Amino acid sequence: MELFRLTVSEAADLLSRREISSRELTLAALSRIEAVEPKVGAFITLCREEALAAADAADKALAKGGAAPLCGIPLSVKDVLCTKGVRTTCGSKILESFFPPYDATVVSRLKDAGAVIIGKNNMDEFAMGSSTENSAFHPTRNPWDPCRIPGGSSGGSAAAVAADMGLCSLGSDTGGSIRQPASHCGVVGLKPSYGRVSRYGLVAYASSLDQVGPITKSVRDAAILMNAIAGHDPKDSTSMPKSAPDFTEALRGELSGMTLGLPKEYMEAEGLAPDVALLMEKAVKTLSELGASCVPVSLPHTGYAVAAYYLIAPAEASSNLARYDGVKYGFRAENPNDLAEMYKNTRSAGFGPEVRRRILLGTYALSAGYYDAYYGKASQVRTLIMRDFARVFASCDAVISPVSPTPAFLIGEKCADPLTMYLSDIFTVPANLAGIPGISVPCGFSADGLPVGLQIMADHFKEETLLTVAHAFEAAAGVSGKKPQL
Amino acid sequence: MEEKARKISEEDIRHVAQLARLHIEPGDVSTFTRQMGEILSYVEKLDEADTRDVPAAAHVLPICNALREDEVRPSLDPEDVLKNAPKRDGQDFLVPRVIG
Repeated sequence: MELFRLTVSEAADLLSRREISSRELTLAALSRIEAVEPKVGAFITLCREEALAAADAADKALAKGGAAPLCGIPLSVKDVLCTKGVRTTCGSKILESFFPPYDATVVSRLKDAGAVIIGKNNMDEFAMGSSTENSAFHPTRNPWDPCRIPGGSSGGSAAAVAADMGLCSLGSDTGGSIRQPASHCGVVGLKPSYGRVSRYGLVAYASSLDQVGPITKSVRDAAILMNAIAGHDPKDSTSMPKSAPDFTEALRGELSGMTLGLPKEYMEAEGLAPDVALLMEKAVKTLSELGASCVPVSLPHTGYAVAAYYLIAPAEASSNLARYDGVKYGFRAENPNDLAEMYKNTRSAGFGPEVRRRILLGTYALSAGYYDAYYGKASQVRTLIMRDFARVFASCDAVISPVSPTPAFLIGEKCADPLTMYLSDIFTVPANLAGIPGISVPCGFSADGLPVGLQIMADHFKEETLLTVAHAFEAAAGVSGKKPQL
Repeated sequence: MEEKARKISEEDIRHVAQLARLHIEPGDVSTFTRQMGEILSYVEKLDEADTRDVPAAAHVLPICNALREDEVRPSLDPEDVLKNAPKRDGQDFLVPRVIG
């Protein structure tokens, strides 16, 4: 048995029955990384020693019995999450040598559950990008085709899970950064409702949009990870004071009696690849056969979402990233003449081009004379987008759509033209603007053999609906289980 | 929104870069100006949306002012925090002279 191929739920079964040890499983994941990581580039930092120590501790806990489902499971986390004593770069030169003095809440929850963190995943710098090409360290390659991007910004997480380097991962999603790479790599990715999962220790990009969520090989695994990470955190003032349910219960749900909305603005979007449209039609057929009633709906302000997002997110980023001044942590430029020059030289040498572009854009959108016209207008349009969803969810349990207009594009294809790259986020940014949850679940392959995901979105705090629909679809669609050749 | 009709200039980019404490290489100014111009002309499509009497959404949750008791709790160890300092002097962060 190739242990690294296991899902979390399969491995948890074997671990709890003591048929395998966490040490064996962790060593299998680490040797898998040694074998395929040179072809994929999904990690920035590996934590071999820490992982083996955690695995041994997990084996002791498992021997006692009654351990949590994640106990002894080797997994990775995106390098946007603070890990105490383990380098956390956020894909940036400016944090190249940052060793956080504390754990993100989601990381401490994973550790408390006995999970084994094997490494930190590559990502677009400060989570700004849709391809992982903006990493200051190296690009990540799509395990299904090394000439293509894995998606972004959680490209390292999705590629690692697709290539069986660790059983699952945590990513973060500000405008699609969990769902889009999950779609491009043929794995499951869930962005929770804003406020469902703590952001404490998540390096901030756009604070009103960022959420942490699971990237997994199965829908069941996504539910298991949600059980570990969701719930109120007093350390995050935007975390909803609401207790989290047992998400695995939702996996028993059925689709009969459910109404699923198909937004016409998504299906009529410019640039939707014929392969993706065809797979959507098949998905609708599958969901209907499962008993759901699929009805056309309208989200009339969809066409404004990318424009609103690319004002709001950079505006928040320009403010969040003001903290990188080279004083207390991170990179500092050498030999400045004075403090002002230190700030400027540090930030100019520490930030890559996309980060600088978004800081400039955000600073401009917030600057005197432009605030109302740009940031103010975008925030009003955000209200319209929220109202669109509220109207649809009054009569639908969930909305289904593609995740991305095309399968994974070629490395370098969109680098010279930031706007074209931004436009590929059209189907994912609305959920962030509205704060609703969304999941990407594999729905098939393009003619070229590239994975394509189906997106399911539900109303605020209705992750259980997503899991019910995604789980039933996953079983019926029969596309999981196919693996990239590496 | 007449201000927006004016195309963003290289001078604007240099000004915004100064506000954001970023140095843009002289050779990169024209590229940034062109790309920002393209992005800004794309986002102008927001003008088509009718937002009369629509409130701005700064946030999506019905929560505000998460308060807690002000209790004394352990803080991070100063040594752990200062380990990340690019330059330090004992328990102080060291920066270039601010006042002549």
